[in-house]
Amino acid sequence: MGWITTTWHRLGSPRWFYGMMAPWQTGFGIAALVLLAVGSVWGLVWAPADYQQGDSFRIIYIHVPTVIVAQSAYMTLGAAGLVLLVWRMKMADVAMVAIVPFGMAMTALGLFTGAVWGRPTWGTWWEWTDARLVSTLILLFLYFGLHALRQAIPAAESAARACAVLAIAGLVNIPIIKYSVEWWTTLHQGSTFSMRRINMPAVMYLPLLVNVIGMYCLFGYVMIARMRTEILRRERDTSWVVELVRRPDVR
Amino acid sequence: MSGALGGQIRRELLLLARSRTDVLNPLVFLFLTVLLFALALDGRPENLRAHAAGVLWALVLLTNMLALDGMFRRDYDDGSLEQMFLITQSPVAPVLGKLLVQWLATGALITLCSPLLGLALNLPAKVLPMLFLAFLAGSPAVSFIGAIGASVTVGIRRSGAILGLLVLPMLIPVLIFGVSVVNRALDGDPPGPAIYWLAALSVASIMAAPFAVSAGLKVSLEQ
Amino acid sequence: MPPSPLLQIARFACLRDRRLLFDPLELCVQAGECVELRGPNGVGKTTLLRALAGLFPAEGVILSRAPFAYIGHANGNAGALTAEENLRWYLTLMERPATDASLREALERVGLGAVAPRPCSRLSAGQQRRVALARLLLSAADLWLLDEPYTALDVGGVVLLDGLLREHCARGGAALVVSHNPVQPASRALDLHPAPLMRRRA
Repeated sequence: MGWITTTWHRLGSPRWFYGMMAPWQTGFGIAALVLLAVGSVWGLVWAPADYQQGDSFRIIYIHVPTVIVAQSAYMTLGAAGLVLLVWRMKMADVAMVAIVPFGMAMTALGLFTGAVWGRPTWGTWWEWTDARLVSTLILLFLYFGLHALRQAIPAAESAARACAVLAIAGLVNIPIIKYSVEWWTTLHQGSTFSMRRINMPAVMYLPLLVNVIGMYCLFGYVMIARMRTEILRRERDTSWVVELVRRPDVR
Repeated sequence: MSGALGGQIRRELLLLARSRTDVLNPLVFLFLTVLLFALALDGRPENLRAHAAGVLWALVLLTNMLALDGMFRRDYDDGSLEQMFLITQSPVAPVLGKLLVQWLATGALITLCSPLLGLALNLPAKVLPMLFLAFLAGSPAVSFIGAIGASVTVGIRRSGAILGLLVLPMLIPVLIFGVSVVNRALDGDPPGPAIYWLAALSVASIMAAPFAVSAGLKVSLEQ
Repeated sequence: MPPSPLLQIARFACLRDRRLLFDPLELCVQAGECVELRGPNGVGKTTLLRALAGLFPAEGVILSRAPFAYIGHANGNAGALTAEENLRWYLTLMERPATDASLREALERVGLGAVAPRPCSRLSAGQQRRVALARLLLSAADLWLLDEPYTALDVGGVVLLDGLLREHCARGGAALVVSHNPVQPASRALDLHPAPLMRRRA
């Protein structure tokens, strides 16, 4: 079990993380590129059209992965917040800084693609009785809250830990919010078509699966890339960063 | 434990008694906004009745944001909060005392006034007991969850808008269940699971929020 | 066996915006000592005191710390409450008994016997500081952490605080005092030096 604690302690070291994660960043980046390209072409071109919705259903190949990753990103934020508060590991804050803009962008993209899908399906851009759209919108506001709080507190350490408290509170609340919104939408019989109840044969869901995995790889790539950049910014006056900038070929 | 909790509650009640307008202002604000809605919705009884539950719950949430914003500010500025966090035992007990009195000054008071607010929005008399019950079950969750947001924003000067941004998304379940209870009563149905959900949210937040608020206040003090 | 120190810290340092404020500190305060903490503006005297009081995260270790009382820039009195009510609240927080006699005695001692029934917001800045001094007396803490305690005090108040510090140290207490003016009862002084800009935590 020794290697677990060793790795854990090393994770707390920015310099170790910066060097160690370089190949992971490349790996995730290539995997994301390949998987998203394959999944998208497969889903958008080769997969058969839906018998009810025709070609318009194809946006799920973008919509579903973005929403799933947006939610996972918030879960990761909550977990990072917990690590920061309990173990005071500063890398957890670096991770939080890295995740928030990505999660926000994914959530916004999920909302946009949801609206684009809603237009031909329901005849409106926005449908309040669809649980997933509404809870994704709430998720966007949770991200906005975290972003606003960090901007509002000038002291970096305090901002980090205040955001951690908030992210944990949000993490606990998300399941309750999701449940309540779903419960609320079942009260309304208005929506005749639910996005979530599509019976998909393998030819339709396999490309979706590829894109979901690809989107997770993109998440990994963006998170690591942003974390490494943030490390350089924070450690800019240490000797190893100065050395790195002077001789980028030698690490 | 009981010493610190009791002492804190005694102090907060004294402070309430000395600043009654601070308690009354949000309440007057709530009545005023109900008046705005009554005018905006044409004042037609059937129109008001149909929207009463949603309007009331949304306005109550917003009123709570106003009241919560200042709940730790004075203690933060005059140094009392520092003294609370010096003690060697955990500050959770005095924090719980503060939260309970905060609920008393906002949630409990609004609950007491809720039948009157319901009448103002033309809710029939048979709905009022359920309206009262819904606020009684749900308002602790509003105060306790809201205080988490107040604890991390106490060090920020103009924190009004930001507090709402942090807290309101987390209060959406309370809004959904609360409105459902009232609307079902309006249709003559029993309240169903929603009232239990409100109570469960309140109980859970009373148990968890003091710890989260203590952590948040500690972060705010450590700037 | 030498008596255990009331405060002992090792490799103690504070970071602000990821920068080290002062050179890492070793400090040992024995019973009976009154230590004056000096240093230029912005070196982190207040931050150090807050860190010792647990109000700021610090690097390093606190090896020992006796029960302490703290006076910061703010006095810690609610403006709407009287001195007595504020002190009573403080004592319940500390889980110490609060009798009318002991409260009155402490207020008399700091020269506030006559103003007791007025809310603190109606007292002058110097009088409010004296309420905080009464809190020190009632706390029965061995270690006093005082941040600019002389601020707003008049000549009589300065003499009073000097007397309180001497008495406290003579009784076996200790104090750490941040002040811009020389602290008369101080038995020694500790100078904080700003950490070189480029030096960082290893």
